[in-house]
Amino acid sequence: MAENEARLRRTMMFVPGNNPAMVKDAGIYGADSIMFDLEDAVSMAEKDAARILVYEALQTQDYGQAELVVRVNGLDTEYYHDDVKAMVKAGIDVIRLPKVESADMIQTLEEDVAAAETEFGIPVGTTHVMAAIESAKGVLNAPAIAAASDRMIGVALSAEDYTTDMKTHRYPDGAELEFARNMVLHAARAAGVAAFDTVFTNMADPDGFYRETRHIHQLGFDGKSLVNPRQIAMVNSVYEPTKDEVVKAQKVIAAIEEARIKGSGVISMNGQMVDRPVVLRAQRVMQLAEVSNLLDEEGNYLEK
Amino acid sequence: MKNNVKRELPAELMAALNYKGFESTDIGHPDIQRVAPKVHVTTGEDKVVDSIVDVVKATVKDGMTISFHHHFRNGDFVFNQVMRAIIDEGIQDLTLAPSSLTGIMNDMVVEAIKAGTVTNITSSGMRGSLGDFVSHGGLKNPVIFRSHGNRARAIEHGDIKIDVAFLGVPNADKLGNANGMAGKAVFGSLGYALMDAQYADQVVLLTDNLATYPNTPASIKQTQVDYVVKIDQVGDPDKIGSGATRFTKDPKELKIAQTVNDVIVNSPYFKNGFSFQTGSGGAALAVTRYLRQAMLDNQIKASFALGGITKPTTDLLAEGLVDKIMDVQDFDRGAAESMQSNPNQQEIDASWYADPDNKGAMVDQLDVAILSALEIDTDYNVNVMSGSDGVIRGAIGGHQDAATAKLTIISAPLVRGRLATIVPAVTTVVTPGDSIDVVVTEYGIAINPQRQDLIEALSHVPGVPVYTIDQLQQLAEKKVGTPKPLEFTDRTVAMIEYRDGTIIDTIKEVKD
Repeated sequence: MAENEARLRRTMMFVPGNNPAMVKDAGIYGADSIMFDLEDAVSMAEKDAARILVYEALQTQDYGQAELVVRVNGLDTEYYHDDVKAMVKAGIDVIRLPKVESADMIQTLEEDVAAAETEFGIPVGTTHVMAAIESAKGVLNAPAIAAASDRMIGVALSAEDYTTDMKTHRYPDGAELEFARNMVLHAARAAGVAAFDTVFTNMADPDGFYRETRHIHQLGFDGKSLVNPRQIAMVNSVYEPTKDEVVKAQKVIAAIEEARIKGSGVISMNGQMVDRPVVLRAQRVMQLAEVSNLLDEEGNYLEK
Repeated sequence: MKNNVKRELPAELMAALNYKGFESTDIGHPDIQRVAPKVHVTTGEDKVVDSIVDVVKATVKDGMTISFHHHFRNGDFVFNQVMRAIIDEGIQDLTLAPSSLTGIMNDMVVEAIKAGTVTNITSSGMRGSLGDFVSHGGLKNPVIFRSHGNRARAIEHGDIKIDVAFLGVPNADKLGNANGMAGKAVFGSLGYALMDAQYADQVVLLTDNLATYPNTPASIKQTQVDYVVKIDQVGDPDKIGSGATRFTKDPKELKIAQTVNDVIVNSPYFKNGFSFQTGSGGAALAVTRYLRQAMLDNQIKASFALGGITKPTTDLLAEGLVDKIMDVQDFDRGAAESMQSNPNQQEIDASWYADPDNKGAMVDQLDVAILSALEIDTDYNVNVMSGSDGVIRGAIGGHQDAATAKLTIISAPLVRGRLATIVPAVTTVVTPGDSIDVVVTEYGIAINPQRQDLIEALSHVPGVPVYTIDQLQQLAEKKVGTPKPLEFTDRTVAMIEYRDGTIIDTIKEVKD
């Protein structure tokens, strides 16, 4: 699968592709992924302008380490082909296709992306893709969608359309999303790609936002789609490891290092063998600790 | 001739006005002779009169210097009434010397200039139609801009010799004992007006609220006052509050405010008994909120907060996180009301606040100052006076004064719209780079290379990237491009004094 599993994708910040100020400033908030939106945030009259604006921004602005994603208009729209071509030419990291209901749709996207890469002299396979799942059909086909392409980096649940399709709406406890969340998450894990939870739009309800974020963190999502930069620090704080977790992870890392120095194939700690899952988890904790500014330059835990 | 911030100054004008160019932020220890006002002796009969026109006739003559304060800001009803009477009397050739000019005064000042009533102006700043008018050569003589501390200095020196001060107050008794705290249009501290009350030859109070004699606490005293004019309304309480008084939700402002807080907390000055000045505006209020949390988390208290005060700062006083507030003006009603109820919120005059020629001003004791900027250049010079079109649209306020703090932080976005904030050379130097220590933008910070101690202390703060000021300037230029240079004529429309009375820069007439 495309991209290594280790890449952090806690936060995917939506940026309306027709808003120059927000497009310009998108890099300053420390989002793991920035998603420029050419679809729902942009009115029909502004589709071309937004595409040009995002294209130019990708040429001129420095977004640092963030993974750059663009949400193109759907396969069934007249804008889709121009969106894909322009974004591939601009060298976008990931194209996010909305309203994906089948693996075929991803394969169509893949062909169009490959054609654009060829047209613009970009090595075929450079551009990654991801799928937004927004309907009952999409949820049921999630395993096939997640595994539909080597270019796939992740699947995202989009709850507004999905709950409408399910003849319900969003509730504070999220019970209506439980099946879809687990389905999308399992599909992602089985395919070895990332899983993104849906947006939470009520900025006046930070408690609700934290409750939902803690819940999807517990389930195992990589992160969440976000509508406001102020939500980035909130998500990151939920994903921030505890001191205990960091100290434990440091011991595992030290054991790995010890085994490496000894030339031993078996990693042991306190006389017990350390399994591969424990190693992977420790590595992820240390990665999160680092980006959460919990470590000093030598890797020691910083008391806050 | 060029001064020490590399600004070419008009030699003829400098000589005619007996000015020297700016040399250094160091004030030294000169011996200063202060002036005293003329006193027309009275024995305390009733000073109340009903007619502004009668008082103007009795006091204002051609060629005089008259003054006002700007504590009512855009809710001021005093300035326009008095100026109307003065213009209608046909008085000519006045020097207008208010503590500052707010938007509500603009049209009247333009009218007074056109009528020949006002031929000279000194102020902290001007904006809007008046700034536009002056920048397009509407006033023959150059405006002299002075900081609040420098205005106090100039008044004490006699550089500004106020003949008549017209001071609006929300309460006064029949002999002129007055304060800014009680009444309908309250604004709290009378800090700037206290200079006028002390040094003007004639002091006219205007009030809509005649209090029982003797009126205490008295900030302005009967010993200073010649007339008390009863008018219908001195101000609009709803328009006295300035700018944002609510916590900003703008993610970029919040990011900058958080970084400012990170800089303070990781500096050597963040310890028990530290002092700070934050100013007004959304980002300043946000800094105060972050700072509050940092003080709670680290169990640190401040000895005093200084300058223009807002409710979030008086809340810190009420909460016990700040021991004293040294208050020269209040930006909102909450801060004004707190002054009345909390004895630890001390009213201070502009001299005590920031006068450089003093036996010690409060700013000399200040640890941390957070200031804004229209432009900052790669020499750390700051412009708070002229806009991107070269037109006057700002005020020095206490900028030069508070910048003498041990840690002076400029908080500003890297770019505003299509305009770079960090530029190779500012349009107008107001505060010299020597007094600026750290510039905070949404992308990261730059530390003045003169402050190696701060470079050491702040170079490894997680989440706070450190750039050189040149790197930030280049980053800004990369985003917005290189603007066409502004075009000015040779005519000087304004002169900017440094706080010691030397000239730090001038503003030229814009070429259209």
